[in-house]
Amino acid sequence: MAKESDPKVKDESIDRDGFGPSTVRDEVVLELKNLQTHFTTKWGTVKACDGVSYAVKKGETLGVVGESGSGKSVTALSIMRLIQSPPGVIAGGEVILNGRNILELSEKEMTKVRGGEISMILQDPMQALNPVFDINDQVGEAIGIHQGLKGKSRWEKVVDALKKVRIPAPALRAKDYPHQLSGGMRQRVVGAIGISSNPSVIIADEPTTSLDVTIQAAYLRLLKQIQAETGAAIIFITHDFGIVAKMCDRVAVMYAGRIVEMADVREIFNNPLHEYTKALIGSVPKLEEKTGRLPQIEGQPPLLYNLPPGDSFAPRSPLKYDEKDANIRPELIEVQPNHFVQMSRCSVADFDKYKDLVSY
Amino acid sequence: MTTEEKRDYSTVPGAIGCSNAGDPIIQVRNIRKWYQVNKGLPIIGSHDWLKAVDDVSFDVPAGETIGLVGESGCGKTTTAKMVLGLEDPSTDGGVPVGSIYFEGQDVKTLTSAGRREMRRSVQAVFQDPWSSLNPRMRVNTIIGEPLEINTTMTKKERDTRAGDLLTEVGLNAYQGNLYPHEFSGGQRQRIGIARALALNPKLIVLDEPVSALDVSIRAQIMNILVDLQKEHNLAYILIAHNLATVRYMCHRTAVMYLGVVQEYGDTEAIFANPTHLYTNALISAALPSHPDIERDEIVLPGEVVSPVNPPLGDVFQTRTPLPVRKNHKYTKERPPLVEVGKDHYVVETPWSTVTGHDLSEFKLSVDQEMAK
Repeated sequence: MAKESDPKVKDESIDRDGFGPSTVRDEVVLELKNLQTHFTTKWGTVKACDGVSYAVKKGETLGVVGESGSGKSVTALSIMRLIQSPPGVIAGGEVILNGRNILELSEKEMTKVRGGEISMILQDPMQALNPVFDINDQVGEAIGIHQGLKGKSRWEKVVDALKKVRIPAPALRAKDYPHQLSGGMRQRVVGAIGISSNPSVIIADEPTTSLDVTIQAAYLRLLKQIQAETGAAIIFITHDFGIVAKMCDRVAVMYAGRIVEMADVREIFNNPLHEYTKALIGSVPKLEEKTGRLPQIEGQPPLLYNLPPGDSFAPRSPLKYDEKDANIRPELIEVQPNHFVQMSRCSVADFDKYKDLVSY
Repeated sequence: MTTEEKRDYSTVPGAIGCSNAGDPIIQVRNIRKWYQVNKGLPIIGSHDWLKAVDDVSFDVPAGETIGLVGESGCGKTTTAKMVLGLEDPSTDGGVPVGSIYFEGQDVKTLTSAGRREMRRSVQAVFQDPWSSLNPRMRVNTIIGEPLEINTTMTKKERDTRAGDLLTEVGLNAYQGNLYPHEFSGGQRQRIGIARALALNPKLIVLDEPVSALDVSIRAQIMNILVDLQKEHNLAYILIAHNLATVRYMCHRTAVMYLGVVQEYGDTEAIFANPTHLYTNALISAALPSHPDIERDEIVLPGEVVSPVNPPLGDVFQTRTPLPVRKNHKYTKERPPLVEVGKDHYVVETPWSTVTGHDLSEFKLSVDQEMAK
């Protein structure tokens, strides 16, 4: 019934699971160029984001995957310019949204962009929603600020936004308070706030962590449908490769503040080149078959103020390498069309195949 | 009741799917946990019953893991609390009485020495590695606390034992002097496991032990648990909502809905041939492990129904997308578990099993789901 035989190649024309055919267009809507976000702490400078570059196209879903401390959330907060300063500062790089570098905008201009052209859906709906205001107030707040509407026209937009996230009986639900809704409904309300101003980019930071599996499936489908309807790009931050397999067109794997591998989703699953990517994919037990012993990554993610000088993954890599190779800072190289890998002898088993592409 | 004595299971009633094979540590028979929920005025108002657990039976043999799976509100955590003795099965207000058996003895008939023995033997590892460790105690003291309460060991002896346990879970003995905040989430979970092992338990309740951890750390913790099980012949009750974790760790599985077990038996038998519609819905909603894997997703209408005043008959009748015949006997009477394969038991009603039905119209109809 629900069991798999061999994985079949996805037939793009059949909408098998409600996720629809690909929505990716050619136009790049958001581009990060060498983003650097540093935090000054008493133990040293933490380079939470250490030269992150990626581009997202219209209608595309980019998955940003990594452990705690990899920098995936800090990157998102940097894009939204929500980094607390002090102790944090965006130390370098550019964030180009719809053609302009939003790092150069004034705070007043940025307030219009935040929640407008680019919006964020957070992990915990009970923290994102204010318990003493009803749903109409909360969804309406974003609409009031970004579209300048009040009164009846604002109310109509609120109901419309709730309809877009498929909340049944939206006019009634709009008068409810967050505690009167179930977890799945609350997360949809958070989604409604996020899409109310028709953003070009939606950043979803682990939005389904607290949800049950059937509610999660429905919510992910909803996000995909919104994407198909509005053409928004989605940056999906997660540590769950299952979500990546289901939702994402492309994947960027982050470790210790840097991207170690980035490629189309199938390429990442079929041909991972970096040992960290391989280990992450391999350490997830499969539902489709009985897994033998789970391979595990030894050690812990590094302390970001105490990073090894060159390849930050080297201490955990299962490959054999010379000490001197670990001290070279590896570069992100495009080894195949659209497949980028941080080329380090310590962490890439096929290094010799691509060594002509690097200078070290 | 030492392991050398032969355990006497003669007083344990039978139940479908349960035998006394494998030296079960804990056996649960027809337990229920009903809470009174007053609607309207207290005392004079009418009472509703919130039936968190409603007739659950299973065995936990030594050295094996049983998984309790289901969505929020299905009763899995309440069941575990009853096994741990944190709650007692309901016995008042006209609730049919069930029992928990520890090594063949009804826990209600245990002497105080017997109860102490049971509490030593049944331990727990909790979901949240942050709130489950007292931040003001050193790790040595945290792990040594059960020893302090239950044994006459001196502080030095307790610290030595804590050191041994830390080594066993993959940490260093000297780390016993540190405080919990000096460890990462995965390391804290290891400390929780060390604490659970302190009294040489026979069974450990694992309440979503890896859900709060990073994906790459989960493998480490699951592997330690599997190794410890082999080393000490431990029984586990694993509560999880991630079906892949359940398939990896559990020998047997019970799928619960609204406090009632819907499908039960050998894990591989269930995954090879999931028979109940609810089990299929859970499996089809689970995330794939490769982008090319496609599952036809079965969408159950609505969200999980509240456990307050559930249907007297089959609990699944209000959530099934299949037609329910109004005067069928199982709309008013609880259907039993039926054997459908070797070590594979299912609640079988015309509206809850997948055999013989064409479910294509229930696959993935979002608008239908949302219209309710």
